[in-house]
Amino acid sequence: MRHRVLNALPAIVLVAILLGAWELYADSGATSSSILPSPHTIAQSLWSNAGLLSHNLAVTAEEVALGLALALALGFALGVLIHLSPPLRRACYPLTVGSQAVPIAVIAPLLVFLLGFGLLPKLIVIVLICFFPVVVTTVDGLAAVDPDQLKLLRTLDASRLQAFRFAELPAALPAAISGARIAVTVGVIGAYIAESQTATSGAYAGLGHEINADLSSLATARAYAAAVVLFAFAIACFYTLSLVERRLAPWANQSRGDLR
Amino acid sequence: MPTELQSRAHRTPRMTRANDGISLSDVSRAYLDRHGASVQALAGVSLHADHGELLAVVGPSGCGKTTLLELICGLQAPDRGAVECAPAALMPQRDLLLPWLCAVDNAALALRIAGSSRAAARAQAAELFAELGLGGFEAAHPHELSGGMRQRVAFLRTLLSGKPVLCLDEPFGALDAITRAEMQAWLGRALQREPRTVVLVTHDVEEAVVLADRVAVLSPRPGRLRAEIEVDLPRPRSRTDAAVLALREQALTALGLGAAAGVEVGMAMGIDAGTRMNTGIETEPGP
Repeated sequence: MRHRVLNALPAIVLVAILLGAWELYADSGATSSSILPSPHTIAQSLWSNAGLLSHNLAVTAEEVALGLALALALGFALGVLIHLSPPLRRACYPLTVGSQAVPIAVIAPLLVFLLGFGLLPKLIVIVLICFFPVVVTTVDGLAAVDPDQLKLLRTLDASRLQAFRFAELPAALPAAISGARIAVTVGVIGAYIAESQTATSGAYAGLGHEINADLSSLATARAYAAAVVLFAFAIACFYTLSLVERRLAPWANQSRGDLR
Repeated sequence: MPTELQSRAHRTPRMTRANDGISLSDVSRAYLDRHGASVQALAGVSLHADHGELLAVVGPSGCGKTTLLELICGLQAPDRGAVECAPAALMPQRDLLLPWLCAVDNAALALRIAGSSRAAARAQAAELFAELGLGGFEAAHPHELSGGMRQRVAFLRTLLSGKPVLCLDEPFGALDAITRAEMQAWLGRALQREPRTVVLVTHDVEEAVVLADRVAVLSPRPGRLRAEIEVDLPRPRSRTDAAVLALREQALTALGLGAAAGVEVGMAMGIDAGTRMNTGIETEPGP
């Protein structure tokens, strides 16, 4: 435990220094508080708006969790299909790469037009952003499986499906989670963009919507507070997925020493 | 029995499937390398082994030994000649254990593939673990095991495939000398308990003579049969036994590395395909 605290110390110190500098600058009066609020104002706003922010966090978190789960499932499936079928790879891979270049601002209104306001267009935007890294890491994870391993399974009379199940699938799952881990931080930003573009009515429309509303009504401190919550959420997602990946693939992190 | 130098192509192929052996008649195999050039791995090789025999195949690196094993296992088909073998399981050079399965699950893989439930497969494999000195290691994962242990588990996996022919591709090549000696003794005991037809590919001539019933010597690429040496000695054999040393010398001579040539060190370093040691002595196979 002490070890962990000591390891975190440099990061904590750096953050404290940055926050201190920020506080000094904001309090010096160089900028108006409606453009750059000081950290203590933000903290006050966080505290007094805790209820509102936590409700909005729940909405955004639901979008991100569902979107990521969908992205994982779709990305994994596509990655497996691309790995197993070279013609499919040639057909799909360029399109998959291209999908990343589509500007969300163009897609989002179209989605709203087709699917109305609500959860679905936001999910689609998040899936669009997150599924690409999952596809790439899944394909790479599958390609890294030793071909001699597959040869060996053939001599043990395994069918192609069995060889996939025993030798390739267990290697692909941690790879997919690794892709999700990379995707999640961008996915949270994607949720913000999605909420901005697909405005919902109602008080609890997600943190992204909250940030936009507060910025335009000059409640800047609350906007920053919402941004801090979003930021913390993204980091929590990242570390959660890292933990999941480590638990799923304990052998990948072991040192390969001979025990003699 | 006299050492046989000629190929056995003239022999009528016996019902090798029925008697669980292997038979290769005048087999040739070429493959395309990275640059698209054709490489002749084997040229006109004829070998056979009967049920329960251990045939060792020695030769320098690149003489087509792995190709030979893949032909026997049915992973490749020969360009010319006939391969008639009972079902064969392969034990590759690297253990290739699946890192996410524990040792007993790895060994029981063939049983799972054939449709056994996990519990039944484990029970069957665990029996063999205990009998062959691996008791207590069933739940260990490959990254927790030493090299020798992993090779033992890999060998059990090959045994549990239930196939009558085992193809061992330099199984102890990656181990240090001490572990290798232990593993050779262990293999001898295991095969006494579970007799199979075994084709053992090795670059270690001593290992071949200590373990095998017959030693086939291949030439460098393209691999041709240089000599077949009968090892008609009682087991277990000691590597310092006079008869063993004599046969080892015979095999080395067939490889062109006998004591008379004075270049034993070349064998230890591993000869590359195509190089010939200039010994000044005619390298005719065998006496």
